[in-house]
Amino acid sequence: MKCRRCGARAEVQLRAHNTAFCRPCYLFFFRRQVERAIDAQRMLVAGERILVAVSGGKDSLALWDMLADLGHDTTGLYLGLGIGEYSDRSREKVEQFAAARGLPLRVVKLEDEQLAVPGVAAATRRAPCAACGTMKRHYFDAAAFAGGFDVLATGHNLDDEAARLLGNVLRWQKDHLARQRPVLPPSHPKFVRKVKPLYLTSEYETAVYAFMRGIDYIVDECPNAAGATQLLYKGALDRLEVASPGTKLAFVKEFLRSAQPAFAAVEQREPMECAGCGMPAYGVLCSFCSLVREVENRRARTSSALPA
Amino acid sequence: MRVHLRPQRRTVELRGPRRVGALLAELGILPGTAMVIRGELLLTEGDVVDESDEIEIRAVISGGA
Repeated sequence: MKCRRCGARAEVQLRAHNTAFCRPCYLFFFRRQVERAIDAQRMLVAGERILVAVSGGKDSLALWDMLADLGHDTTGLYLGLGIGEYSDRSREKVEQFAAARGLPLRVVKLEDEQLAVPGVAAATRRAPCAACGTMKRHYFDAAAFAGGFDVLATGHNLDDEAARLLGNVLRWQKDHLARQRPVLPPSHPKFVRKVKPLYLTSEYETAVYAFMRGIDYIVDECPNAAGATQLLYKGALDRLEVASPGTKLAFVKEFLRSAQPAFAAVEQREPMECAGCGMPAYGVLCSFCSLVREVENRRARTSSALPA
Repeated sequence: MRVHLRPQRRTVELRGPRRVGALLAELGILPGTAMVIRGELLLTEGDVVDESDEIEIRAVISGGA
């Protein structure tokens, strides 16, 4: 197979785009795709301080690499989830990435707060991914606000967005559909703008970019992800994509063009401030503080039940 | 050929040359869900892999929630 741009041997075939590229042309294509997404959605303004949420995986490190390469002022934020060896290795990948490029990195460890994901999930009897998501959102928002950043960037890719959209549609979660977009303007002075520059690039595309750029990311899957609903949706979408290339791209793009504005037009509740942490909340306590309260109550009950 | 599957940390040995597309189908892997790597190069579905090759098939799917 030949590169559609220069005729050299192709290393990548992209059925959704009906094309194939050699390495230099693919890197050019990927960069242009991301730049177009950023410009079309007005995600970033030159000179803004960007906090990039990094996990050690291909997407977040590819995003950080790309934003830094495009000349943006970036700082990485790694949240240690306390998932044993997996978290140790992912932190090492992030630290090595940042050190090799001279990029600033902040590290927060949930285990230092007695909030390691496995323990929180067990105490609250929630799925690990649900507890993890709540804590990630809180720590990312809080770090972006406390650090005076203008933007929080995450590595959500096309497959993430398509799977999330499928899940939201299957349950007609109107409030979630109203907020599912690549740029989320701040709805409270303590929130910063949230952007997803990779929202139109597939997981395969970000993995290829990371491979070609020599990014050493964590290949292993999170041990808690097995059986996660999002993976079920991704598997279904992958089968549709093979039968009809471009399905995921059309699903997400057409939702954003045709349907999302209707959901977003429905009046959204204004957040108040959490009585616990002071961050925005839709109740007396934010989701994170409610979760922490639940953990504390559970641990208090467990310790009081122990013999003296 | 030796085919290393990641992140499963599993290796399978196969005999005879075949196209990458056929190799993926044989292993039950959907195109676009994994990178096929030989040395420092990525392979496309039309590329042929030989019995003497050492191949890595690296899944690209990640996520939870």
